[in-house]
Amino acid sequence: MIRNLIRSSLVALGLAVPAAAEEAYIVVQSTTSTQNSGLLDHILPGFEAETGVDVRVVAVGTGQAIRNAINGDGDVLLVHSKPAEEQFVADGWGVERFDVMYNDFVLVGPKADPAGVKGEVDIIVALSAIANSEAPFASRGDDSGTHKAEMRHWKAAGIDPTSASGRWYRETGSGMGATLNVASGMGAYVLTDRATWLSFGNRGDLEILVEGDPRLFNQYGVILVNPEKHPGVRATAGQRFIDWLIGPDGQAAIDSYQLDGQQLFFPNAR
Amino acid sequence: MQNFASEFNIALSLIFRGDAELWAIVLLSLRVSIFAVLISALIGMPVGAALAVARFPGRRVVIILMNALMGLPPVVVGLLVYLMLSRSGPLGVLELLYTPTAMIIAQVVLVTPIIAALTRQVVETLAEEYSEQLRSLGVSRLASVPVLLWDARLALVTALLAGFGRAIAEVGAVIIVGGNINHVTRVMTTTIALETSKGNLALALALGAILVGIAVAVNALVSALTLRAEREGLRHA
Repeated sequence: MIRNLIRSSLVALGLAVPAAAEEAYIVVQSTTSTQNSGLLDHILPGFEAETGVDVRVVAVGTGQAIRNAINGDGDVLLVHSKPAEEQFVADGWGVERFDVMYNDFVLVGPKADPAGVKGEVDIIVALSAIANSEAPFASRGDDSGTHKAEMRHWKAAGIDPTSASGRWYRETGSGMGATLNVASGMGAYVLTDRATWLSFGNRGDLEILVEGDPRLFNQYGVILVNPEKHPGVRATAGQRFIDWLIGPDGQAAIDSYQLDGQQLFFPNAR
Repeated sequence: MQNFASEFNIALSLIFRGDAELWAIVLLSLRVSIFAVLISALIGMPVGAALAVARFPGRRVVIILMNALMGLPPVVVGLLVYLMLSRSGPLGVLELLYTPTAMIIAQVVLVTPIIAALTRQVVETLAEEYSEQLRSLGVSRLASVPVLLWDARLALVTALLAGFGRAIAEVGAVIIVGGNINHVTRVMTTTIALETSKGNLALALALGAILVGIAVAVNALVSALTLRAEREGLRHA
């Protein structure tokens, strides 16, 4: 606050360059799905060319991204767990949350499908069937956005899978890709975002078994880390990035990204 | 299963065709780890040598602790350095998190105990050999440290290489404090971790082979230099 005041008065006196000019880069705390799917590599060059601001992406799970942002180690947060994001803003760590884009989660599993869930449209019914058959299920177990979503569905099914932890319920505590590698290796069911699945190269015997349940909707949001909490936050450049991302150019860039002819993310900023 | 042979060829042709992106990653790996080893040597060698010749109560305990620190888990070091460099940490104002400097700091913490412990061992043996000469010349124990380090220099190369091996191969610390940011802090090991998580196992393996190749090249180079120095030493003697 004081630092910003001093800076702006210096700018007014012509003794310092405006903040935007010295903010040559921003750090975005984001999730593995946006990076591993190639989306960020596709859209960021457009912003960087237009503004000259370099975007440095740290891709971790949503839970860790939010904790890093609370520590002030990022200027912008781009993640996918709306309840946790709203809590982040309510606690004062973020300025304001904006919808950016969505895709969906899918339940993948071995082609042999021991729990017989293929073609099921209700994710709750499918999870109950897996729990009943005690077929192996690989969970992120890392407080990521996907893990939070998975836990919400178990809760809705009235099942506590962690009581079977180490038996049919395997918590990898790792990223989406690492968990898919585990599932591929042991022939387990796993809940994944569609973007990571489509760009994943080691599918082995796995295929999509359950999709299309409206509860599998996966919304991404963007938030500027609150500069009043952390004066070091590059607020000007960070806000510029958010404005671009939810504006026509950013939304068009997201819309145009395809992998093997399939669209991975659908822009829906208002 | 994926076609390992073809992925391998892709990775090899990337490195031999001089793919700019891959080479930048290789060079950053080398830059970070070599810097870290040099700084660790500046700290670890005098400390190790001093510990070899000094006699004080609790010396044994210090040596045991130092030897144990050789096994520091990289993830823990990464976490500690992260907490120090985070904007909410004591050194947050330096804005070092997610930079190559942060990665060098983490590797220095990992490598210094290795170099110090190995130096202590080498110098202690040498000090026993020299003890009578040094005593007759009236050199105090600590004053003999530079002489001992200089005379042990060829044996100490192994300590440097052990430290380098640790630094270039670790991923746990640099991925936390560097953030694996493309074109900024992405090194060989974090690239391998990323490609593995994308399910590109063959590419990850090929990059691993390149990393091993680099380690072999560095060791061969140092070995050649050491050999030449030994020969010259013989000629002068």
